[in-house]
Amino acid sequence: MVTIIFFCGIYTVLILGIAQAAPAKGNGVTVSVNGKVVGYALEGQSFTQDKYFYSRPSAAGYNGAGSAGSNKGPSNPDYLQQVKDRIDSFMVHNPGVKREQIPSELVTASGSGLDPDISPEAAKIQVKRIAVVRSITEDKIVALVDANTEKPLLGLLGTAKVNVLRLNIALDELKQHTAFSK
Amino acid sequence: MSKDKRNAKLFEGSQVRDALKQSFIKLNPRALVHNPVMFTVEIGTAIMLVVCIWVLLGEKSQGSFAYNLIIFLILFITVLFGNFAEAIAEARGKAQADSLRKTRQDTPAKKVFAVGGIFTDEIKIVPSSQLQKGDFFICETGDTIPMDGEIVEGIATIDESAITGESAPVIRESGGDKSSVTGGTKVLSDHIKVKVTTAPGESFLDKMIALVEGASRQKTPNEIALTILLAGFTIIFIIVCVTLKPFGDYANTPITIAAFISLFVCLIPTTIGGLLSAIGIAGMDRALRANVITKSGKAVETAGDIDTLLLDKTGTITIGNRKATNFWPGAGVDENAFVEACVLSSLADETPEGKSIIELAETKGFKKPVLQKDKVTFIEFTAETRSSGVNIGDTRIRKGAYDSIRNKVEKAGNSVSPEMYDRVKVVAANGGTPLVVSNNDVAIGVIELQDIIKPGIHDRFDRLRKMGVKTVMVTGDNPLTAKFIAEKAGVDDFIAEAKPEDKMNYIKKEQTGGKLVAMMGDGTNDAPALAQADVGVAMNSGTQAAKEAGNMVDLDNDPTKLIEIVEIGKQLLMTRGTLTTFSIANDVAKYFAIVPALFIASIPALQGLNIMQLHSPQSAILSAVIFNAIIIPLLIPLALRGVAYKPIGASALLRRNLLIYGLGGVIVPFIGIKLIDMLVSIWF
Amino acid sequence: MNTEIIGIVTMFLLTLLLAIPLGRYMGKVYQGEKTWLDPILGPLDKLFFKLGGAKPDRDMTWQQHLLALLTINLVWFLFSMAILMTMGSLPLNPDGNPSMTADLAFNTTISFISNTNLQHYSGESGVSYLGQLVLMLFQFISAGIGMAACAVVFKAMKEKAGDKLGNFYNYFIKSCTRVLLPLSIVVAVLLLINGTPMTFKGKDQFISLQGDTVSVSRGPAAAMVAIKQLGTNGGGFFGVNSAHPLENPNYFTNIIENVSIILIPIALIFTMGFMLKKRRLAWMIFGVMTVGFLLLLVPSVYQEMKGSPAITRLGVTQQLGSMEGKEVRFGPAASAYWGITTTVTSNGSVNAMHDSFTALTGMFCMLGMMVNSFYGGVGVGFLNFYVYIIIAVFISGLMVGRTPEFLGKKIEAKEMKIATIIALLHTFLILAFTALSSHLYAHDPKTYAGWLNNPGYHGFSEMLYEYTSSSANNGSGFEGLGDAVPFWNITCGIVMLLGRYLPIIGPLAIAGILAKKKYVPESAGTLKTDTFTFGAMVFAVIAIVVALSFFPALALGPIAEYFSMK
Repeated sequence: MVTIIFFCGIYTVLILGIAQAAPAKGNGVTVSVNGKVVGYALEGQSFTQDKYFYSRPSAAGYNGAGSAGSNKGPSNPDYLQQVKDRIDSFMVHNPGVKREQIPSELVTASGSGLDPDISPEAAKIQVKRIAVVRSITEDKIVALVDANTEKPLLGLLGTAKVNVLRLNIALDELKQHTAFSK
Repeated sequence: MSKDKRNAKLFEGSQVRDALKQSFIKLNPRALVHNPVMFTVEIGTAIMLVVCIWVLLGEKSQGSFAYNLIIFLILFITVLFGNFAEAIAEARGKAQADSLRKTRQDTPAKKVFAVGGIFTDEIKIVPSSQLQKGDFFICETGDTIPMDGEIVEGIATIDESAITGESAPVIRESGGDKSSVTGGTKVLSDHIKVKVTTAPGESFLDKMIALVEGASRQKTPNEIALTILLAGFTIIFIIVCVTLKPFGDYANTPITIAAFISLFVCLIPTTIGGLLSAIGIAGMDRALRANVITKSGKAVETAGDIDTLLLDKTGTITIGNRKATNFWPGAGVDENAFVEACVLSSLADETPEGKSIIELAETKGFKKPVLQKDKVTFIEFTAETRSSGVNIGDTRIRKGAYDSIRNKVEKAGNSVSPEMYDRVKVVAANGGTPLVVSNNDVAIGVIELQDIIKPGIHDRFDRLRKMGVKTVMVTGDNPLTAKFIAEKAGVDDFIAEAKPEDKMNYIKKEQTGGKLVAMMGDGTNDAPALAQADVGVAMNSGTQAAKEAGNMVDLDNDPTKLIEIVEIGKQLLMTRGTLTTFSIANDVAKYFAIVPALFIASIPALQGLNIMQLHSPQSAILSAVIFNAIIIPLLIPLALRGVAYKPIGASALLRRNLLIYGLGGVIVPFIGIKLIDMLVSIWF
Repeated sequence: MNTEIIGIVTMFLLTLLLAIPLGRYMGKVYQGEKTWLDPILGPLDKLFFKLGGAKPDRDMTWQQHLLALLTINLVWFLFSMAILMTMGSLPLNPDGNPSMTADLAFNTTISFISNTNLQHYSGESGVSYLGQLVLMLFQFISAGIGMAACAVVFKAMKEKAGDKLGNFYNYFIKSCTRVLLPLSIVVAVLLLINGTPMTFKGKDQFISLQGDTVSVSRGPAAAMVAIKQLGTNGGGFFGVNSAHPLENPNYFTNIIENVSIILIPIALIFTMGFMLKKRRLAWMIFGVMTVGFLLLLVPSVYQEMKGSPAITRLGVTQQLGSMEGKEVRFGPAASAYWGITTTVTSNGSVNAMHDSFTALTGMFCMLGMMVNSFYGGVGVGFLNFYVYIIIAVFISGLMVGRTPEFLGKKIEAKEMKIATIIALLHTFLILAFTALSSHLYAHDPKTYAGWLNNPGYHGFSEMLYEYTSSSANNGSGFEGLGDAVPFWNITCGIVMLLGRYLPIIGPLAIAGILAKKKYVPESAGTLKTDTFTFGAMVFAVIAIVVALSFFPALALGPIAEYFSMK
């Protein structure tokens, strides 16, 4: 019966073989800016600077070598205090935004700690801040958000979302572009 | 007498008193341990007693003394109620058996002492209790038969009304299938010598009484399986209650011992636990009320599972024997002359058929002719001629089966007319038996004999069919006649021209197909089949061999009793099933009463679970425990009477019982506990 | 309608659409009929049988089946312990991950051979690639064994099975090669296309847009993710399982993976209908399971989409719903759907953190595992359901006045004893061990402070969930629990062991004993088991047994939490 060892061998090698035909040969798809790898397409990364769209809070600090959720229960008082602090901090950095406009995913940690996305609403709420920091008109940034919004699958299934890394790369490009045209 | 028995009151004063006394005697833990559910309640009661004393000694953490005492008392009463249910069922069964036993008080017996050799046997009068198995005794006109036995010499008419309630006397004679006599019955005429077949204290009735009293009562297979399931539930709730202690510790919720015990007692299936043995006894008791003595509880249970029922045609499906229903004179024969010939041929015919011919003739206005004895010779039926008749002077009248008369007629050079042959065929095809009558070797007409199917029997078979029981008619008739009667009576199958071994083979065939077969029989040659059948009901009038072989004895000798027995068996199982369901469904409401009560003091948020809005934690727990206790006596009548069986198909029946006892079992306690709480909340 | 709702409805319908033909196909496989994969995989099977010295045509009794099953498992247990405790110094370990301690290896081994896949380690740092591959092997084997045991029971349920119940090795190998392997390849390829890695390269490093230095774990994930879902194993490659963007990159892969979770459990019901030629019975069972499943699912989805009441009180908008511990690309509806599917089927993979579900969703997840047979794990889910059927048949048989019988076999004391013990066992394991840990914690909260990530009722739920998950061989967790310590490793190991094998042995024994009994043909008095009424009865038995056993514990955990937040 020990021969079933072949099982994991054969199967693994087979899938590994097929992987060579897959995107990035199964090594994980990377995103590069100016020839330099700045991230993995699928994994989120930390954006805490005001000039970038924030990504979601992460219990793992966006460490791609150690994923984790917060595992905080919904009634945990420490956790609720933490969320409250995040809300307050967000409001300090985004003057003019009303408390009830803040989408909860911007103040709650994701499951993996590597969530690459935020909702379009969560992106739009940050437009005003970025416009001020980067001195770009809000319209342009809104257009950028819209352009980077991924519709639900087939337009029917699941959630609409914005990949924060790609949006921020586009944001950087927008700035270079405008700088260049000046 | 039997009619009175059936209508007996559910509770009679003397029985209740007796049962109350027994309820206390049954508290003995050694007796109670066979009922795991009630046994654990008893342990809980004992613990509460200790707690009460502890509180009395000054312990403060367990609530007030009054509260603990009340819980203790209610639990104590719960156990008593359970015991009472069993005791009252026993008392009723015993009362039933006692009334039968009264018929066999010590009577003088004329015992025969064999002296041997050429000397005549000596006869001495001894008390019946001194008769041993194998002894002989004599009974003469007016004697009460002292002991069950088998007639070895003589014939007698016997009044069996003491046992069966049937007033018409019966004839018993040595040899054959009607040789059995029962103790307590009375000889009306003639003289018989009887061999004792049972040892004192071992008659069927004695066995039955022992069964009811519990001395030799064994749990039936289904009862064992159910007890296992109930024990399983009990263990689950032991786990639930024991683990609740550390859970409570974690949540900083102290839980009193009274609350633990109450929760536990409410959750375990006390209702069915308390009533389980009562249901079983009541089943046997119901059989007894139907005048059926069962040799074990298992037989009653098996009766409910019967797939195939073998029924003798005669007496069960049809009334007694065939009767003459029509005279069909041949062409050119005067009807009056023909009827007269028929009557003459039957004058000496003592068979029921022969008598019925004369009866039919009398309804047509004929009188028995007076004959001069010297001129008349009666010809008896012989197997060789297969006909009987009379010679009056030189007139030779014969009647017999078609073949035998045709042989006779054709031998004399005459022939049976085609019209008459057609008539014979028509009669046979209609399920009748044709007898052909000849006068001086000329066929003169046909007598039609018909089986009279019992009124209402068709409906009973329909009912059986809906229960899933297949009925099979056993008859000695030819296949054609058998088929006609089978169709008319509505049985599913028949065995025609049946010999005793045919029954046996049929039973075996059905059993290899996985079916359970019941049959009724009386003769010695039925004994192997009775033993082979899963439920064999012997008639009390039958031979000792038949009674030994079967597992039930019907005192009424009523072949349709099988149908009643099947229903009694089904009722027994159903009562257990529905009360189990009811009992377990009750737990839902009890949970909603007790669980919030346990935690509400330290976790006020759990008020949200108190959907019954019970007054206080203490009143909630008390209400649940009180409900739990009083539901037992409330259900005793149901346990004793049995849940009504309706032949509406298994699925429909399940739906019905699930709605009544399942859904009802969920809803009733919500109402009951709330009502009790409203009352209890005055004090707590 | 909301696209999130449409998403989960689509997932369920897609599953059903695939499950029916798959069930039929598996029926053919187990009955030894020809299938279109024979030419490709036939030689492979033969090789296995030859090398293993098994004779696939030899019929076995149920006792022999049991012996074969336990032997296989014992061999693999020893093998796995050896690898996990030495893998730090074995090849295929580019990240230099350490070997496991004995108690962790014990827990992990049992966890994987028992199809539980409870992970007290984190995939990225706790195990080497070789270790991962060995664990993946068990994901095939444990699923194959569950399916084989189930096939034996199907065979025994046939009218005139007698003692000839087929060959265990045959069922086992065929389950692996004819069902799990082809499906895994399909799923793995779909995942690869969507970006799940499959590589033996170690960690990568880069500097992020914002200037942080970030390292990224990779590995041969695609192969493992496929079988972990299909075999209701659930043990993920990465620590956060299918919430990890590399393990479950987008909504499409989420559909694929989630369908894979319940595909085989549902298909097996139809396999039974096909093998026994009792399609109505299959639909009845499917109906009961689905009703139970929906009763757990619908309120969970509602609760998650409504959001957490505590967050609402903080004033922010929960336009998506409760988002703590969830990924934006899946959203609350798909997360709740996954949460319920993974717990009802004993899968245990997660795409959101169950610890952070709202109180009631957490409870419904636990209920799913407490019942453990609303679909249930591959093979074993049906076996659990079989025990409930036996109990329901018994009670309802009595209710219609007939000695209970199921598929023409009488249910008597012996079978009831086994069924009762098995029904008891689950309750006992969960409550007794939760009681033990509560007792320890309640009396010495300082020593055990590291256990609970959350205080109060939720902390209790974490412990309750852990043992429920272990006993149900689920493997998901309220992961806040600090469980990588000897106490949890060992106790969970014991619970998983008992919770796995006894519920296989029990139904196998019942079915084996029943198979030898005389067949009783149906009559009008026989209670039909393929009717709506009987379905309601089975459901009532399950609901009442579970509710009665766990109500007090749940009242102190999630129910108390729910009412206290309201």
